[in-house]
Amino acid sequence: MIYQENGQLKISYRADQQIFPILQDRWAVLAILALAFAGIPMLADEYLFRAILIPFLILSLAAIGVNILVGYCGQISMGSGAFMAVGAYMAYNAYVRIDAMPLIGALLVGGASATLVGMFFGIPSLRVKGLYLAVATLAAQFFCDWAFLRIGWFTNNSSSGSVSVSNLDVLGWTVSSPLEKYLFCLSFVVVFALIAKNLVRSAIGREWMAIRDMDVAATVIGIRPMYAKLSAFAVSSFIVGVAGALWGFVHLGAWEPSAFSIDRSFQLLFMVIIGGMGSIMGSFFGAAFIVVLPIVLSQLVPALGALVGLSISTAAVSHIEAMVFGALIVWFLIVEPHGLAKLWSTGKQKLRVWPFPH
Amino acid sequence: MSKKIGDVILDVQNISLRFGGVKALTDISFNVREREIRSIIGPNGAGKSSMLNCINGVYQPQEGSIVFRGQTFSQMNSRQVAEMGIARTFQNLALFKGMSVVDNIMTGRNLRIKSNLFMQAIRNPFGIGGAQREEEQHREFVEHIIDFLEIQAYRKTPVGQLSYGLQKRVDLGRALAMEPKVLLLDEPMAGMNLEEKQDMSRFILDVNDEFGTTVVLIEHDMGVVMDISDRVVVLDYGRKIGDGTPEEVRSNDEVIRAYLGTTN
Ligand SMILES: Nc1ncnc2c1ncn2[C@@H]1O[C@H](COP(=O)(O)OP(=O)(O)OP(=O)(O)O)[C@@H](O)[C@H]1O
Ligand SMILES: [Mg+2]
Repeated sequence: MIYQENGQLKISYRADQQIFPILQDRWAVLAILALAFAGIPMLADEYLFRAILIPFLILSLAAIGVNILVGYCGQISMGSGAFMAVGAYMAYNAYVRIDAMPLIGALLVGGASATLVGMFFGIPSLRVKGLYLAVATLAAQFFCDWAFLRIGWFTNNSSSGSVSVSNLDVLGWTVSSPLEKYLFCLSFVVVFALIAKNLVRSAIGREWMAIRDMDVAATVIGIRPMYAKLSAFAVSSFIVGVAGALWGFVHLGAWEPSAFSIDRSFQLLFMVIIGGMGSIMGSFFGAAFIVVLPIVLSQLVPALGALVGLSISTAAVSHIEAMVFGALIVWFLIVEPHGLAKLWSTGKQKLRVWPFPH
Repeated sequence: MSKKIGDVILDVQNISLRFGGVKALTDISFNVREREIRSIIGPNGAGKSSMLNCINGVYQPQEGSIVFRGQTFSQMNSRQVAEMGIARTFQNLALFKGMSVVDNIMTGRNLRIKSNLFMQAIRNPFGIGGAQREEEQHREFVEHIIDFLEIQAYRKTPVGQLSYGLQKRVDLGRALAMEPKVLLLDEPMAGMNLEEKQDMSRFILDVNDEFGTTVVLIEHDMGVVMDISDRVVVLDYGRKIGDGTPEEVRSNDEVIRAYLGTTN
């Protein structure tokens, strides 16, 4: 009984309304932050930053955005890749077209542009649900794929649709080494995760969830579906847009529209399903899972093959990866729709009463 | 009982509602006075829930109007209805399943929350932006409701895990959190055992007594209706067939005929 809240009687609503009401959770979060900001920079090598940690952070951020819309507000979206693209390309335009545009300013312009586009493609949600909404958001994906490939203005008339940025700096601090990029992304993720957590535990978060769970009852207590849904689209696509801008600027450096294809939209949706719908922490779990699993499989499968005397090609590994993902998605949808986050909290609940069985 | 029944607060005038060929309500008129408990009874499919849905703006009647505190509406808008102080519980539980008891009831306070999205985004324990203080104030109000409904032990429980009877209480709690002038209750005791019904009747009477809340109650249990109502409207096949005190309604021939074989 080490992890428990006994002796932590909440005597004020403020204490009970803290972001992490249980003391051990607060320590855990502080420990994770210390590890992320101080420990990992000392331990990790360039490969780890570039191939795992930076993509993990940026995709976590995007998954938080998608989770707000899909997990908290219950509005399905298949256009997340498009909103990332809008963030990346509009940040690029702000960066190259406006003199002395600071890096963070450009990234926020990317987010704001994604907000507008997201709200526009969110308008159908006022009339349709489920599959029909999915199709409407899919339109965003196809439209953006087309626009960034065909409309020269967005790519500053580069012939291939490919753009690049360089010399990133924030107030004189250059963001160029993998470690610097990692710290830069980490700061963004921490700030946005905090904002997202604040929103979902406040009045607006309750409106989103109310609309998700029972829209008639929500309307009758005075919640306006239009405001709730469009604000979810706005906040979600802002965060997704910033993540897209970070993906382009910091992770890729140079990119073309295919970096934000429909595959990306699906990948984000899978992260949210596997990580846990309606959980900020689950977004991190989902992103970690999807970033790490292919790497693990690419090591594990050939090794296993070697054990039984088979040599397995890279193509076969990627097929196996797709099958494992497919199976996992189905498994989570059927067995644990609240994803890894739910497994995590069940585990914590067990720990809370440990060593007693109930 | 020494409560003072006031003037007409809600006046339903000649409401007709159709769904394609189905006439759910035909030319219904009745009024509700301040601080009274006004019941609507009738066999299944009589149009009782549809009547509440018209008042709430969930359904839009084709004909008729509704007068609330002197203002006449031919169509009600749900948001506006909520702002004017009309709250509602549902026949089929309509709680927010993914949320805890506290959060469900807190949604009833949402209309009163002034902090905008940005203030909520920067919510912090230092009081900057004011969102945290506001949350605390509303939480305090919600705690009174939780005490009143005797559901303290389930505050943090996801509502889906509660028994049916407790979920009905949370539904009432969410409506009470709006501090309504008029409370519309759609079969709050359906499916309950005797003890649960007694608790629920007590809550309804207490709310009516202590806060002077006007109650419009749909209920099938005639014992409860006759015990706690001031006046009763009887619907049958979308038409009004009786209106008056419990005694008057009980001795109304048409009501007796409509109910033959349908009550038990
Ligand atoms: N949304 C709807 N679409 C079509 N018909 C409807 C709708 N809502 C209600 N009706 C019809 O209107 C009539 C009245 O239904 P209503 O639910 O108001 O009855 P009720 O008196 O509340 O019955 P119960 O005691 O079973 O709750 C019924 O014939 C019902 O089928
Ligand atoms: Mg009904």
